[in-house]
Amino acid sequence: MSALAYALTALGGLGAAGLGLAGWLGHAWSVELLWLVPLAGLALRMDPLAGFFLFLVGATSVPASIYAIGYMRGARRGLGAYAVFLLGMAVVPLAANVPTFLIAWELMALASYALVLHDREDAAAVRAAWIYAVMTHAGLACLLAGMLLMFAWTGSLVFADWRAASATLDAPARNVVFVLLALGFASKAGMIPLHVWLPAAHPAAPSHVSALMSGVMIKLGVMGLLRAGMEWLGVGPPWWGVALLLAGALSALAGVLYAAVEGDLKRLLAFSSIDNVGIILIAAGAGMVFHAAGLETLAVFALAAGLYHTVNHAAFKALLFLGAGAVARGAGTRDLEAMGGLIKRMPWTAAAFLVGALAIAALPPLNGFVSEWLTFQALLQNGLIPRPELNLVFVLALAGLALTGGLAVACFVRAFGIAFLALPRSEGATNAHEAGPAMRAGMGLLVIACVGLALLPTVLLPRLGAAAARLLGDPAPALRHDLLTIAVSGDFATLSMPVVAGALTLGLALLPLLLRLARAPRAVRWSETWGCGRLLQTARMEYTAIAFASPLRRIFDFLYRAEKRLEVEAHPESRFFVRRMAYRNAPRALAEEWLYAPLLIALRAGADRVRAIQSGSANLYLIYVLAALLVLLVLA
Amino acid sequence: MFRQLGIALRAGIVTEAAVTPASPALDDVGPRLQTEIRRLFGRSLHIRQVDAGSCNGCELEIGGLAGPHYDVERFGIRFVASPRHADCLLVTGPVTLNMAEALRRTWDATPAPKLVIAAGDCGRDGGIFQGSYAVVGGVAAVVPVDAVIPGCPPSPAALLAGLLAALGRR
Amino acid sequence: MTESGVGGPLVAAIAQALLVALAAPLLVGLVRTVKARLVGRRGPDPRQPYADLVKLLRKDPVVSTTTSWVFRFTPFVLVACMLVASTVVPVLVTRPALSFAGGIVLLMYLFMLGTFFLALAGLDSGSAFGGMGSSREVAVAALAEPTVMLAVFALALRTGTTNLGGVAERLGGEPAMAAHPGHLLAFLAFFIVMLAETGRLPVDNPATHLELTMIHEAMILEYSGPYLALIEWANAMKLFLFMTLLINLFVPWWIPAEAAGAGLFLGLLALAGKLVVLASALAVLETAMAKLRLFRVPELLAGSFALALLSVASVVLLK
Repeated sequence: MSALAYALTALGGLGAAGLGLAGWLGHAWSVELLWLVPLAGLALRMDPLAGFFLFLVGATSVPASIYAIGYMRGARRGLGAYAVFLLGMAVVPLAANVPTFLIAWELMALASYALVLHDREDAAAVRAAWIYAVMTHAGLACLLAGMLLMFAWTGSLVFADWRAASATLDAPARNVVFVLLALGFASKAGMIPLHVWLPAAHPAAPSHVSALMSGVMIKLGVMGLLRAGMEWLGVGPPWWGVALLLAGALSALAGVLYAAVEGDLKRLLAFSSIDNVGIILIAAGAGMVFHAAGLETLAVFALAAGLYHTVNHAAFKALLFLGAGAVARGAGTRDLEAMGGLIKRMPWTAAAFLVGALAIAALPPLNGFVSEWLTFQALLQNGLIPRPELNLVFVLALAGLALTGGLAVACFVRAFGIAFLALPRSEGATNAHEAGPAMRAGMGLLVIACVGLALLPTVLLPRLGAAAARLLGDPAPALRHDLLTIAVSGDFATLSMPVVAGALTLGLALLPLLLRLARAPRAVRWSETWGCGRLLQTARMEYTAIAFASPLRRIFDFLYRAEKRLEVEAHPESRFFVRRMAYRNAPRALAEEWLYAPLLIALRAGADRVRAIQSGSANLYLIYVLAALLVLLVLA
Repeated sequence: MFRQLGIALRAGIVTEAAVTPASPALDDVGPRLQTEIRRLFGRSLHIRQVDAGSCNGCELEIGGLAGPHYDVERFGIRFVASPRHADCLLVTGPVTLNMAEALRRTWDATPAPKLVIAAGDCGRDGGIFQGSYAVVGGVAAVVPVDAVIPGCPPSPAALLAGLLAALGRR
Repeated sequence: MTESGVGGPLVAAIAQALLVALAAPLLVGLVRTVKARLVGRRGPDPRQPYADLVKLLRKDPVVSTTTSWVFRFTPFVLVACMLVASTVVPVLVTRPALSFAGGIVLLMYLFMLGTFFLALAGLDSGSAFGGMGSSREVAVAALAEPTVMLAVFALALRTGTTNLGGVAERLGGEPAMAAHPGHLLAFLAFFIVMLAETGRLPVDNPATHLELTMIHEAMILEYSGPYLALIEWANAMKLFLFMTLLINLFVPWWIPAEAAGAGLFLGLLALAGKLVVLASALAVLETAMAKLRLFRVPELLAGSFALALLSVASVVLLK
């Protein structure tokens, strides 16, 4: 029964992907049902960017739904919420006016809230859902305020009218609207420091939902940022783009640094989503700055790079979350310290996870490399903007992006190596079992997507450029490319993924041949791991996840500010006989401590003050209402 | 930094051309030391040194091999950090009971074809520890030995000559 | 690339990969010999690494029962990465066969691909040493790779291309371009990081026997026979490529554009000469310097990262 339902959602996803693809390639249409929704009616409008994001929603939900057939094992709970979640995500990119958008946005948020709360017994999940609900509604409040201000100033609830109308607005008004909308969308996208809900909520949801939340839902925040910053408000001042660029670089760095020391596999992936959204925001911010500087071709190129990373991240992050779910099911744990050796018990999952890890670490010849390469090139074009302070911002972003790439490798070597290699560290890992056929099929589809996205940049990039160009209200400036190679700014840089992949494959194929020619022995003798002659090889000899991250912890101590605590309980007779030792060294969450804790304390203090006027007597409240009415009348 | 380099440059090359040990270089060469091995290791021999309960006298002398005077590296002989990288185990000491299993495992960890050379009188037959309750007595009691370099301790010159003789280069 | 057909570039690519593959062990041997001479030893023949490799190829591999296919696959990935990398770097000519494939970003990420697998292999054996080596290697690489990229970006922004051969060609044509603070800063950053990336002193000691001080060596303690030969070979190629990149980017003179006739011969001579000088410099440095304490290494690398950042900033600001 539930299998059938998930199969149906997969079919629905396929349909949405097809519809999205058609729209992305230029098949525009619109639907209006004025009677359905108050104020302005339900209105949907397809344009290339909406098509792209609808395609993203649909295409990612297909493997996720197939995976869910095996993962949920017939459990019915969460099915309805899942369907509503998908529906909400599919409608958000199409929404053409404020009411439609807000309803779809809220449906998406509420359904995902229910899914985060899937395991009601788990205190951590309940807390995660609570944080998620608060943050997402704080974001919604910002969006609502921004959109209503736009309505008040332009007199229209239809997004399409805003671009023309916003040209008549004065600069402060546009800045206020942009800040409000950007805060709302950035909190959905998981930009630091609005990310606090993300590492809590993503791991709590079932894995196919985490895959969609990380792979697609947060990207709708990015879509909102793009629309708000470039379409709805027209051409903005450069600082909008600069703000996004710097926030993106910060998110990318901090995200990957937190991911690199995280011990819970799904939380690690969630932090890495913050990192990847940061990379997308770097590209988007660069696009906005280029747009503000009047360099349309470069703006399109940067935005296309960002969109490329958006679809890439959807593919490999969904793959990794599905892999993590298979591990959680197969080995019964999400804790890296309890895993190990899973590659022998779960060979298919391990291979799929390895592909995802290589892709997300931006290693050639997989897809993450392509979009990171494009983003680098987009940033390197900054010399054409004749303003030194802007150039400096680009240089900082360049450094941040480069550092992120190196750290992502460290992070995913650790994630894959500790979880899948060497000896199992727990009972659960020893008896782990491979994922079923449906789950493997879901992961397999995403592996194919990762490879396909890597080999076909020459096909994809012009299409992404076209979608981005429409956003700027321009006809598409061309990106030069032939069948194999992409060229940036003439000969500034060229990339040919098929050649790279071909050369690597050729090298790999030739080497065994070479060894054969050299008459190297082919038989392998199996023996125990060399341990300086000691007697046993056990999992206790292995490097742990925490030890693996230790060099990074030392280097980046200024960020982690780890709380180090050593407790020694000695024998009462002599302090040299230790009974128990506990060592704690956990990185602190700075955003929570420095931003949210003071905020909450202030909020609570404010609420205490306000309590003075809350007596609970109905008469008093009537007087308040009357007073408010009088004040309003006087003001009017 | 430059002072040190200057001293080294002024001193020139101090490696001694010929090594003439006082005693015969190689005691008993086992039957396994065949031409095939000599052909393979003739120009490159990587050694893992195993201390199987030695008094460290032999280690001191082995340490001398790497220095400028004896410069074992000029013959393509190097000491390596893992038996997996090694072609030859250079074992010292009378093999204490506690080290017997470790030595066996080290031998097992070394990829074939491989050599075992016992260095020093202890390695040959237990030396002055012969008959002690704490030693197995001689490397050959634990792993097959191909060659023995005698001496208590064998001088670096003797060790070098022994190694070269085992490789068939002298 | 499309105009000249596929045959020509393919031959050129294979020729250059072969050159790097065959010459790399000699460079390693040369550094060792010079180092030996500097401390008064006669030292090994510079051709010693070839003998070592041939011997390793003939030995039976021993593989730990703890490991998976990743461990046995890694040496092949490593060598394949270096072979592809050697067709991207301008070695003999400024227009190597795959120069169009992705430039400096591709090159760095190819090295990272190798590091990724090698670090996995270190973990795969399940020994504490392997994990320790992997953990240190990725931490060092995470700081080193971005530095190289930034340093080359500084040159790329001045020459108008991230294509490595293009940078060398442009700088070789106009030596006056080298007179720029960004250039000097980039050179310093690149040089420091080259030492870290190729596992040389003062970051890592290639001749150490003490596991606790190892970085690179600790990861490969488990390898033997042909697998070890492949890894040592890849390592030699990495050193060769880094040193070639350094000299061809910062001393880009007498490099012919195309592989033809007398120019090629001159180029070969120039490359050999420059490599000998750099190898000797490396040997002097390694002889005169002690290894840094492991947790001082990040400070060195952070310093070189800052230098690279400054060099890009100076290029952008001092136009």
